[in-house]
Amino acid sequence: MNPYNYLYVAAILFTIGAVGVVVRRNAIVVFMCVELMLNASNLTLTTFSRINGDLNGQVVAFFTMVIAACEVVVGLAIIVTIFRSRRSSSIDDASLLKR
Amino acid sequence: MVTTNGLVFLIALPLFGALSLLLLGRRADKWGHVLATLLSASSFGVGLFQLSEMLGRATADRPITQKLFSWISVGSFNVDASLLLDQLSICFVLLITGVGTLIHIYSIAYMSHDHDRRRFFAYLNLFIAAMLLLVLGDSYLNLYVGWEGVGLASYLLIGFWNQKPAYATAAKKAFVMNRIGDMGLSFAIMIAFAAFGTVTFSGVAEHAHHASSTTMTALGIMLLVAAVGKSAQFPLQAWLGDAMAGPTPVSALIHAATMVTAGVYLIVRSNFVFDAAPIAQLLVVIVGAITLMFGALVGTAKDDIKKALAASTMSQIGYMILGAGLGPAGYAFAIMHLLTHGFFKAGMFLGAGSVMHGMNDEVNMRKYGNLRKFMPITFITFGLGYLAIIGVPPFAGFYSKDMIIETAFNAGGVKGIILGSTALLGAAITAFYMSRVVILTFTTKERWDDGEHPHESPFLMWLPMAILAIGSVSTGYLFSRGDALKNWLAPLFTEHGEHTELLEPAVVSGLALLMVAIGVAIALFKYQFGEVTKATPEDVSIFTRFARRDLGQDAFNEAVFMRPGQQLTSLLVKADESVVDGAVRGVGQMALGSGFALRKIQTGFARSYAALILIGAVTLIAAIWVITQ
Amino acid sequence: MNPTLTIATPEAVMFWFMAPLAVFAALGMLLVKKAVHSAILLAWVMITLAFFYIAQGALFLGIVQVVVYTGAVMMLFLFILMLVGVDSSDSLTETIRGLRPIAITAALGFGGLMVSLIGRATLGREPVGLEAANAGGNVQGLAQLLFSTYVWPFEVVSALLITAALGAMVLAHHQRTVERPSQREQAVNRFRTGSLASAAGLPGPGVFARHNAVDVPALLPDGSAAPTSISATLKARGDVLDSSAYQLDNVDTTVIEEK
Repeated sequence: MNPYNYLYVAAILFTIGAVGVVVRRNAIVVFMCVELMLNASNLTLTTFSRINGDLNGQVVAFFTMVIAACEVVVGLAIIVTIFRSRRSSSIDDASLLKR
Repeated sequence: MVTTNGLVFLIALPLFGALSLLLLGRRADKWGHVLATLLSASSFGVGLFQLSEMLGRATADRPITQKLFSWISVGSFNVDASLLLDQLSICFVLLITGVGTLIHIYSIAYMSHDHDRRRFFAYLNLFIAAMLLLVLGDSYLNLYVGWEGVGLASYLLIGFWNQKPAYATAAKKAFVMNRIGDMGLSFAIMIAFAAFGTVTFSGVAEHAHHASSTTMTALGIMLLVAAVGKSAQFPLQAWLGDAMAGPTPVSALIHAATMVTAGVYLIVRSNFVFDAAPIAQLLVVIVGAITLMFGALVGTAKDDIKKALAASTMSQIGYMILGAGLGPAGYAFAIMHLLTHGFFKAGMFLGAGSVMHGMNDEVNMRKYGNLRKFMPITFITFGLGYLAIIGVPPFAGFYSKDMIIETAFNAGGVKGIILGSTALLGAAITAFYMSRVVILTFTTKERWDDGEHPHESPFLMWLPMAILAIGSVSTGYLFSRGDALKNWLAPLFTEHGEHTELLEPAVVSGLALLMVAIGVAIALFKYQFGEVTKATPEDVSIFTRFARRDLGQDAFNEAVFMRPGQQLTSLLVKADESVVDGAVRGVGQMALGSGFALRKIQTGFARSYAALILIGAVTLIAAIWVITQ
Repeated sequence: MNPTLTIATPEAVMFWFMAPLAVFAALGMLLVKKAVHSAILLAWVMITLAFFYIAQGALFLGIVQVVVYTGAVMMLFLFILMLVGVDSSDSLTETIRGLRPIAITAALGFGGLMVSLIGRATLGREPVGLEAANAGGNVQGLAQLLFSTYVWPFEVVSALLITAALGAMVLAHHQRTVERPSQREQAVNRFRTGSLASAAGLPGPGVFARHNAVDVPALLPDGSAAPTSISATLKARGDVLDSSAYQLDNVDTTVIEEK
């Protein structure tokens, strides 16, 4: 078994996250799929750090986690604000910028 | 060649008059005409002075030049703005300024009631200046400047009363048909430069001896086209009749004495070209012969006195062109006929103006009659001109026209016989229709409209007519006495030496007089002793009908040139709108359309945007996948 | 490829057991209707990933994954879900035409391309393993890197965290357009309304009751029966007794002393 198997798993998880962003309508579930994508990339980074034998990948993964946390905070605050005025958590309802 | 400094004044004086009258505007209304006449007279004075100087010099020293400035200097093309005064030019200079000044004097009285008289005189001076530049230029290009100038002046003067759309259209027609001729002159200049590298008369004359005959023939044909356009010869003759829309002094000056003779001047000046191109010369005589008959036939059916005189001008210039095409033997006689024609035709036009002035601007001869009693001076001057034109001895036309007929016969062979007979027949028809004009206007019974009070014209009008009548009487004899004019002009032409004499000169004169008598007799019989109706008779022969419509010239021009031209124009306009504008608009439509199509991507749904991002990512990965294959 | 890194069998077993589970959990997160179920499944995926991190020698990262990601971030998600609507569920029909096939095609294409790319990628070196890097301990090694090479990104990321917190506070802040009513104003408003309920609050059950039978109505202070004290069914049947029989002055209030 070689470390590259982790990379395959990460790719598959990323793809599933991408599909989820496009297909699901609930804003919070879309957010969770974004989190899934970020986690997949973290896995990739960690695996590469293991392959290369240095810790740079892990440091970058650490930073990614921090940034993902910030993003979740702000994004969920936005969803709550939209929900307060619209009383709906579907992404499709925020379509005022259409032509 | 002697150089001098005085030639420029010939042109500068009338040009100054034109500019000052045009620029000063209404302020010059009170005295503008006097200034213009004085300037024209002073130009005539300078011309006389130059003639006296020239007479005092030896024959070889007679031509003089004056270089004004270096005009064009591009690569190997160098043209100076220079003036050349030789024996041929001085004849024209005196004709233009002399007859021009007389017509200025006439116009003071003729146009006295016109609000725009000052502008008229400005244009007259402009014409004099341009025509002088034409005959004084020392190269084809300088001649071209004057050529264009007289075309412009003619347009301005024909359409002088431009409030009437018909007059403005006549001016346009004259200008456009002149333009076609001008194309010929442009091509001639181009051919001369391409073949010889020079466009001066002396330069081309030098090269003419050893140039190829195709070059000379092409040059000759192009010059002939230019002459045909300016001199209203067949096939570009349709504008002369309509040009009578201008005031009568204009018709007298421009369309009788000077501008229409510029074509003859061009051909005679380019004698070295035509002497080296026999084919072009043949075309010249053919054109002259055809126009001679054309003008005569049209003149027989015209009831408008001015149009009848215009047709007569066309025919007489045909004689001149015929003479000029007969080679060195005929050049001098063409010029002689030109000079005498200037006198008697201008005099007759001024007489027609006087008749119109007295008959309240009526032009239909059928409404004239018995004016001999009321306008005696006009009758006498007009009559003397009439006798001159039909060729009664000892008046001017007898000498000049008979010499042309004689030279035509002496051209030799079949060509000579055809040309001579045509000229003789033309003389008969000329006598007929000119007699018709005189009889209808002066000698038959009155056929006036109510309220006409014919009266003699004022002094300023009959004085020029009288002077011109004196010229009609005397110039013929003076020019031919001892071959005076022929010897005067001889240094300019190269003789070929051969002279055949088909008929005795006396026989030719006798035949000519016989033709004249026949023509006068027919006219007398038909009009003096026959009935003349006030209304134009409708049941006339088909020839008369055809002649009334100018032998179909306008119908032909319209059908062959105007309508196809108009259709081509509308076709091009449509093509421009649909193809060119369509392409431009199409670009705009394309932008709009693609904008419309692309807008559909903006659905406003975040998920479709996310899908697009995903597709973009897939494309990127696919590109990397392909590249790293 | 033959790595110089030797992967012990326990790790392989763990991998082949946990990885398919993680993938199924992710698929499930995609497919289930209720949002809360998606959240739970995502938490499972994250825990699996923590397993992977620790198995690969990223010890610190694995603990952080559990504490921060699964513990804080996913809990935040669940809180928001509860705020927004726990029952909210997506309908299965797709409103935007053609989006689902496009998404699935794109995803399959993406996944396939990635997998095949990874399959033929060569890093130009053999996998090394983290024994040397972790020699001084994973935390020490990370700290070594973090505070020397990556100190600037570290500071920037901390600024980012503060900014994010501020941003969340701003977004959640409710801007008052009218002045907050004072205590006195609130009390006045309460008594201005018609019903007693907002003024002093309704009395607790049994305060006005005369008897604990269901068909004996409670009496209001003015002596009338309270309509809400009897069940509507009984009222409709007319099984309402008169409370006057149970008035206090009818009640024997003598005290019997017990010796």
